[in-house]
Amino acid sequence: MRYRCSLLFGVSAAQGADSRIFVLDQIKILTIPRRDLLGIRFLTKEDLEWLLRRSDAHFPNILSKEPIVKSSALAGITVANLFFENSTRTRTSFELAEKRLGADTVSLSMQTSSLTKGESLIDTVNVITAMKIDCIVVRHNAGGVPQLLRKHLPDHIRIINAGDGACEHPTQALLDAATLIEALGSLEGKRIAIVGDIQHSRVARSNIYLLKRLGAQVTVVAPNTLMPRHIREVFDVEAHYDLDHVIGEQDAIMALRIQHERQGKRYIPSLGDFRSKYGMTPHRLSLTDAFILHPGPVNRSVELDDEAADAGRSLILRQVARGVAVRMAILEWLFTK
Amino acid sequence: MELLLKNCHIIDPVTGRDEQGLDIEIANGQIVQIGKNLSSKAEVKDLAGAIVAPGFFDMHVHLREPGQEYKETIETGTRAAAAGGFTGVCCMPNTEPSISDPFVVSFIRDKAKGNIVDVEPCATMTKARKGEELSPMQSLADAGIRMISDDGGAVRSADVMRRVFEYGKMFDFLCTQHCEEHSMTAGTCMHEGKVSTKLGLPGYPSVAEDIIVARDILLAEYVGGVRYHVAHLSTKGAIQLVRDAKHKGLQITCEVTPHHFVLTDEAVETHFGQAKMNPPLREQQDLEAVIEGLRDGTIDCIATDHAPHATHEKETDMLTAAYGIIGLETAVGLGLTHLVHTGILSMSEYITKCSTNPRKLLKLPTIKIEAGATANLTIIAPDLSWTFEKGDIRSKSQNTPFLGYTLKGKVMGIINNGQSFWNA
Repeated sequence: MRYRCSLLFGVSAAQGADSRIFVLDQIKILTIPRRDLLGIRFLTKEDLEWLLRRSDAHFPNILSKEPIVKSSALAGITVANLFFENSTRTRTSFELAEKRLGADTVSLSMQTSSLTKGESLIDTVNVITAMKIDCIVVRHNAGGVPQLLRKHLPDHIRIINAGDGACEHPTQALLDAATLIEALGSLEGKRIAIVGDIQHSRVARSNIYLLKRLGAQVTVVAPNTLMPRHIREVFDVEAHYDLDHVIGEQDAIMALRIQHERQGKRYIPSLGDFRSKYGMTPHRLSLTDAFILHPGPVNRSVELDDEAADAGRSLILRQVARGVAVRMAILEWLFTK
Repeated sequence: MELLLKNCHIIDPVTGRDEQGLDIEIANGQIVQIGKNLSSKAEVKDLAGAIVAPGFFDMHVHLREPGQEYKETIETGTRAAAAGGFTGVCCMPNTEPSISDPFVVSFIRDKAKGNIVDVEPCATMTKARKGEELSPMQSLADAGIRMISDDGGAVRSADVMRRVFEYGKMFDFLCTQHCEEHSMTAGTCMHEGKVSTKLGLPGYPSVAEDIIVARDILLAEYVGGVRYHVAHLSTKGAIQLVRDAKHKGLQITCEVTPHHFVLTDEAVETHFGQAKMNPPLREQQDLEAVIEGLRDGTIDCIATDHAPHATHEKETDMLTAAYGIIGLETAVGLGLTHLVHTGILSMSEYITKCSTNPRKLLKLPTIKIEAGATANLTIIAPDLSWTFEKGDIRSKSQNTPFLGYTLKGKVMGIINNGQSFWNA
């Protein structure tokens, strides 16, 4: 197995030549190796197409009622899931993807461990990776952490961003895109609205990057207090505060979770007020044929009423199943492609 | 110390002298004579045409002692100041304990005794920087305090600020504010703008700085006779407020840091925590306004806001990283590269903002380069290119985004208090 790993690292070193190099200021040059998933914004079109296509290959296996056919593609590889921020579903999805490819996995909930004992982020990650870890899956509440770790970790350790602050959540965007393509076919020219707390949403940012790359017309909808000031200029999207104004023309509506408690209640008057302006109520459902997506967990009767969450055109469980297939594709892309 | 400096280019904004090919003889801490082709038994130092200016004074540094000696001490901080060309610094009071009473003032003066670099402590405006009760201003004035500030944060209450102005003006203190409306900035880690939108990081809007500058200018005008100084100003709006106040004839002054005239919020994308400052690196329009403010004289001083932090406090995520960077050793290189060699300021104007103006605001004795005057000098090779590397750092901390930068203009050394310091 050691031989196999060193062979892989050899391949990685050889690929250094075609890594993309960003000249960032007068002398600093940061090389982002091809074999990390730091964010959608760092992926090429070929990467995206390969990942979406590859997830299709795994998807029937996830939906099947038969016992799963395990692969040994990642045999000998150890993946550490480092969750500095709480997560149940994303972490479970990663663990299942890793196990179904034959990797050894370990998952750590870091928000209650070392950091509260005063250990620094870099020290914590160095300690974990010193135990012969080949890949880390990292979630953190601050945007930019995956790139920061890339700067500090040895090149051979692969990094997957499982959500960094409100910056990116690339695996979520990939599973959303794959789900949308399954429902709508090509996304070229399709209209997709992302609705809710855009300001604090990594799901929104990764989806904007990805859906636009796939040709969709993205509209973000949020109350002014949850809409980033420069969203139009930075992301080149349409932005509205009035959902009812744009709902009729959408092919899909992606509702985002609102975290009223966490955000100190300054942004919206109440969850009820939010529901009446942005919730997918039976009345709003009657105004559109759009598919309904939600990254979960759903606040029922806030973002989605039962009629929307459980509707025939709700893709929510499809998204969850697709998540495992997408994460399997990502791991293969990192280690075997 | 007896020294003969050969082949000097003297630039002294106070006397208006700008003359090359001069020799300066120094003995017992004083300039004995200035002339051409002098000779003496003293040690000779050929400056090969380097600029000799009145000693630079940095009115905004954090020396961290007492209380945070793992970041910096008065000894290491003044060594960095000397290497950076500063013969004097004013150290901010957010130490542990803070500089809120004469005992801490004398502790600092004792530690700095005999140092080539003069250390002027700045005391707090309010007790322990809590913004509630006035600091003991009479005893602070008796201890020689010239400037007061709750730096690191603003005095939140407008009423307390009014009383600081009223009481403080009896001692002719320079009242310096770190301008930040804290109710708008809690939990933020960078400028609110396009980059924070892209990175999804919580943003500190420029208007939160402007609001306190505007409030304080109104209060200073209302109270009357107040000398008010805006620390490390960073926004286009605040510069305009200071400009308007000056036109009105108020005694309002301000300083800007090198990082705010060199970098923008885009640096956060590459330098992470090393680009986290307070006030934050702003956007291009603010940087341009800073440059214009330097050019038209709205900005009186350049100060570093030298803020040492241990590596683990900076090399971490943006939310938990500490604010600030070390600045003493890069200030002159950045100033010459970005302000003087670009033609934004003449060398004499630059020297005025680094030496004459800060000393004037603190009511320190004026430095002149003439026979009989105290030898308090900063010596600069203006055209020397050099690359800033870790090995150059004399500060105890290494938190800077400027490592690897090639700069044009290097400090050769300083002379002060009968001592000289030379960079290798």
